Amino acid sequence: MSTGTDNQNTVSPRRGLLGAIYHSFADLGAWVQNVFETLGDMTLFAWRTIVWLFTRLPRRETLFSNMYQIGVLSLPVVALTGTFIGMVLAVQSFTQFRAFGLETQLGGVINKSMLRELGPVLAATMLAGRVGSAMAAELGTMRVTEQIDALSSMGANPIQYLVVPRFLSCLLLIPSLTVMAVFMGVVGGAGYCIFVLDIDIHHYTSNSRKFVENWDLFYGVAKSVFFGATIGLVSCYRGFHCEPGAEGVGNAATTAFVQSFVVIIVLDLFLSIFLDTIYLAIWPASPMLLGS
Amino acid sequence: MVSAEPIIDINHLHVRFGQQQVLRDIHLSVPRGQTLAIIGESGCGKTVLLKTIIGLIRPQQGHVEFDSQRMDRLNEQELAGQRTRFGFVFQNAALFDSMTVAENILFPLRQHRPKERAHHQEEMLQRLAEVGLPTSVLGKRPAELSGGMRKRVGLARALIMQPEVLLYDEPTTGLDPIVSDVINELMVRTRDKYAVTSIIVTHDMKTALKVADRVVMLYPLSRIEQDASQTIFDGDPAETESSSDQRVTQFVRGEAGDRMLEMHEQGAT
Repeated sequence: MSTGTDNQNTVSPRRGLLGAIYHSFADLGAWVQNVFETLGDMTLFAWRTIVWLFTRLPRRETLFSNMYQIGVLSLPVVALTGTFIGMVLAVQSFTQFRAFGLETQLGGVINKSMLRELGPVLAATMLAGRVGSAMAAELGTMRVTEQIDALSSMGANPIQYLVVPRFLSCLLLIPSLTVMAVFMGVVGGAGYCIFVLDIDIHHYTSNSRKFVENWDLFYGVAKSVFFGATIGLVSCYRGFHCEPGAEGVGNAATTAFVQSFVVIIVLDLFLSIFLDTIYLAIWPASPMLLGS
Repeated sequence: MVSAEPIIDINHLHVRFGQQQVLRDIHLSVPRGQTLAIIGESGCGKTVLLKTIIGLIRPQQGHVEFDSQRMDRLNEQELAGQRTRFGFVFQNAALFDSMTVAENILFPLRQHRPKERAHHQEEMLQRLAEVGLPTSVLGKRPAELSGGMRKRVGLARALIMQPEVLLYDEPTTGLDPIVSDVINELMVRTRDKYAVTSIIVTHDMKTALKVADRVVMLYPLSRIEQDASQTIFDGDPAETESSSDQRVTQFVRGEAGDRMLEMHEQGAT
């Protein structure tokens, strides 16, 4: 029996080398089109989320339960990984610094690295892994089991009800997680240097104080806010656009983490350049880099 | 009581997902108070039609008019307002996992009538009694309920806003014959009590015969000619059995017919 759709979709098959080139270009074109469509769709999704954020605040109980899941339950893992990253930094840097007789300056390196780079990126990575994947899987399951359709059918807006509280929780709580990661990294690094590597406590602390400024704390926390927004938006978007079935939910969770992580790393570079430019514009004579 | 005035008017509706066309040139008018059953085999677009009516799926062509208002011309807020006039019972109930039964039933009221909180409890208990569920289920999560109970909670949630139109998506699928009949009885009672317009998507002929005033049968586009109508039957439920269209009688009687031959041919290629 002939079909309406089959007739419309028939593409004449091409064979041989020309056919292979033709199909490669067609695949590439479809991929590029898909990338642009996804980017456009994500932008619209982000825009709607921001509009709803300023239109109607989420209910207190919804927001607090998300904050608890995203913030409070992430604290232990962020603290633990922060501590070990601080200690690993000490282990890795010690041999090279000792070769130049600069081991007392380790505190400056560890603290500055934790504040500016490792603290925010570590907190964001943990959040993307622990919370981002879970959010994508939860929303994906809701999509697959028609719970998101049920919300819409009852006149509720799924973005306002499901995305805004998660986005807001990521945005508001990632600075605290970053501060926790930084604090534990600083403590871990200092503990390892002083008690295991036997570096003089007085020189360690005075050098740490000399090289670290308030700007460094602002620097890390400011970056973390962008990372939090990225995790919230990418994870919710992936959950909302989940393919049917268990495999679809699994893919949504994995893709949410991978895409969030890639965006965080790319964003990190541009934010670092941007924040350094601002610093130099405000304090042109101030020493920004270690030892300058 | 069925009135002549249509509450839902579907005109020239086309729905496509990517390259795959699911609905083609659907015309359907549903008078106020009528109970319409849309039947057809899996994949013919019944659920898509139901979701298009309430605006969950946007058609590529054509439109749905609800109470003389075109759904595709409404903005997000207006559409949300119109949706409160519908109740939707989903195939697997689509209850919110993270909420209790009570929170699920109350959700539409809390969303749209937060100021009338004093009456919420009373309304909820009334709906719960109507669907024949005990108050002991109120604190339970959907995962703790049987399929039939979930469907009844879904119906209670759909009824809580006292909608003008009820949309049922496969209300008896996956249920044993007794529970299926309980759901059928509930649909009849709801129709009689609230004089609500109902559209039931089903492939259960018992449901169609017991509940509906009218049956429309859709046929999958993959099995019909390019210019043929997708609606192959529109009439009284009792006439389905004696239809002159073999495809209708084959579906109603549940006969495989030439499908086995097709399967063998497909398996051989």
